[in-house]
Amino acid sequence: MKNLKKVLAVVMAVALIATCFAACGEKDDNANTGNSGEAVIKIGGSGPLTGDYAQYGNGVKNGAQLAVDEINAAGGINGIKLELDIQDDEADAEKAVNAYNNLIDWGMKISLGSVTSGSCIAFQGKALADNMFVLTPSATAVEAIDGDNAFRVCFSDPNQGVASADYIADNNVAQKVAVIYDSSNAYSQGIYEKFAAEAKVKGLEIVTAQAFTNDTKTDFSAQLQAVKSSGAELLFLPIYYSEASLIFAQAKSAGVDVKYFGCDGLDGILTIPNFDISLAEGVMLLTPFSATATDEYTVNFVKKYSEKYGTDTMNQFAADAYDAIYIIKAAMEKANITADMSSSDICDALKTAMTQITVNGVTGTDIKWGADGEPTKAPKAVVIKDGAYQAL
Amino acid sequence: MAKKSIKLSSTSKNNIVTYAILAAIFIFVEVWTATGNISSLFKGLLVPLCTYAILAVSLNLVVGILGDLSLGHAGFMCVGAYTGAFFSVLFKNSEGPEWLRFVIALLLGGIVAGIFGLLIAIPVLRLKGDYLAIVTLAFGEIIKNIVNLLYVGVDSKGLHISLTNSANLNLEPDGRMIIKGALGITGTPNDSNFVVGFILLVITVIVSLNLINSRTGRAVMSIRDNRIAAQSIGINIAKYKLIIFTISAFFAGIAGVLYAHNINSLTATTKNFGYNMSIMILVFVVLGGIGSTRGSFIAAMILTALPEMLRSVGDYRMLIYALLLIIMMIANNNEKIRSFEKRISLKKLIKTKKENRGGNV
Repeated sequence: MKNLKKVLAVVMAVALIATCFAACGEKDDNANTGNSGEAVIKIGGSGPLTGDYAQYGNGVKNGAQLAVDEINAAGGINGIKLELDIQDDEADAEKAVNAYNNLIDWGMKISLGSVTSGSCIAFQGKALADNMFVLTPSATAVEAIDGDNAFRVCFSDPNQGVASADYIADNNVAQKVAVIYDSSNAYSQGIYEKFAAEAKVKGLEIVTAQAFTNDTKTDFSAQLQAVKSSGAELLFLPIYYSEASLIFAQAKSAGVDVKYFGCDGLDGILTIPNFDISLAEGVMLLTPFSATATDEYTVNFVKKYSEKYGTDTMNQFAADAYDAIYIIKAAMEKANITADMSSSDICDALKTAMTQITVNGVTGTDIKWGADGEPTKAPKAVVIKDGAYQAL
Repeated sequence: MAKKSIKLSSTSKNNIVTYAILAAIFIFVEVWTATGNISSLFKGLLVPLCTYAILAVSLNLVVGILGDLSLGHAGFMCVGAYTGAFFSVLFKNSEGPEWLRFVIALLLGGIVAGIFGLLIAIPVLRLKGDYLAIVTLAFGEIIKNIVNLLYVGVDSKGLHISLTNSANLNLEPDGRMIIKGALGITGTPNDSNFVVGFILLVITVIVSLNLINSRTGRAVMSIRDNRIAAQSIGINIAKYKLIIFTISAFFAGIAGVLYAHNINSLTATTKNFGYNMSIMILVFVVLGGIGSTRGSFIAAMILTALPEMLRSVGDYRMLIYALLLIIMMIANNNEKIRSFEKRISLKKLIKTKKENRGGNV
């Protein structure tokens, strides 16, 4: 037994050293050509492939890969094939920087930034210094695309907060609104603040705003009691779906009877294992992607994605990433990118091209970008009916 | 008496080995960088390596020398990081040399963290073992949650602080936000580099080793070994506990400043300042051998670099990392392997050679 341990220790030590060298050796790869000598451009990004937010990272990874495979199968972009690598950053800023550096070693020319906001800010800090093009599918914080090299596919936090308040007020959904948000989460807090400001402008009354933190995200009875006694007609939930599912269940048993309204963080609620989807009946949310939409882009995406990866991670993150690759394709065609250009030259060409293109995709039609990197597209609101999204 | 060798005490010899290892690491990295063979990944890892090494060495003072289990080290790091980053962002556009701003940020981060260390040490003086661990754990969590609620802005009237939301700050139009609640501090200048980080690590090691070998250090170790006996010979337990907690927190704060100036987005999440990180630092210390300064920083460096080097195995990265961690822990505690190490150690080789020659030692 002792001997076995010793042997095992030695074997693992050797394996470890071997991986070190394997990792070091990879950087000599020729950056511009693939295995068969074709012109290749490498696209990299980082996201949480493990841990609490793994659904998001894997959605982006699969969605982007699907688009890359489609483009390559159709002959690439002006003959250039794409290669994709999404590195794990565990939704941690420091790990995102490590992922970025690793991708640079790999030969990344164009980047998808990071999936989550905090990571993307750190990623973008490095990318800005290197003049590397960034198009993040899903980082919503305003600061995540600080700099002229960065763009995004999704709406920003303030944008979502304002759009939600506008929607509720303009459609007379409710007058008295309660909010439950995650005060330890930048996404949730960002939306809440802008929502509160816009609600004031629109004459909505926020009767109570209850906060929870990442450490207290299992028991919402105190917040729900406050909501119940406040007399709110609608509960606004700018949070992620895992917490929302608990809120729905606990609200039912506490006898809270209100309408629910959420943002894109609620997307994914219907795919939670063992979640009673009847609880989410009637929930309204703003999301750029609805799997039951009937436009040709969505139908095509849903069909191909579910065939290849199943429906577990088929969320708006996957849709954003899928679109991101096609947006990069459109910009590359516009700017006539060639495989021998440096990443800095590509960035300069792409950032001009981005403001000139108009893209139709799964997450919106006629999407345009300003020089600040924010997309212009109409927000989509859906309601959950019979266990599926339905356009409002 | 032909040869007259200088007699060194075993601690001095031990310390010389520690410094030699540090020097070797430094030379290795410098040569590696100078020849241009270093990968971007490693270049980016150099500062985190120093940061975590400093954290491990400073926690070793509490866990290894004082013998108290502290699970709040990431909290001190968080205090230092936020203080340092706050200062740097506040004075980002002011005149004056950048290095001076960074030095002040480092000192400030360290001192504020040290004050927090002192504050936390006062209530824990009466506690030991599990109870102390729980209090320090709670401290770390409290810090993390408070900074997540903190909004600080600055305008011509001075600083505005709120614990609810940014609208309550009532900033003037020209004012700017510095700490934005859960979004933390963004745009911290990138002042950290390997040389600074390494100098700080060396300072931490020097202070740590000298402290351990001083009168204070021996008093502290006597508390660790037998509290009652130490008390009976008149050692002021409260005083020494305060000293160690404060020094340890000071260096953790400095590591935090280094961390904050390496990336330009600083947020307090469970990943970086939560108990996960505190336990990670504890793992460095335990794996390196509780009480061993040298072991602490070596283990910290290896365990920080390991998951990054395993990036090539893709999805299995964290699985393999966990397996390696278990194996290393087992191997480190295995008697057979220990005795094997002793058999092949350098000292023994020299000794046997001399014995074979028939010389005196």
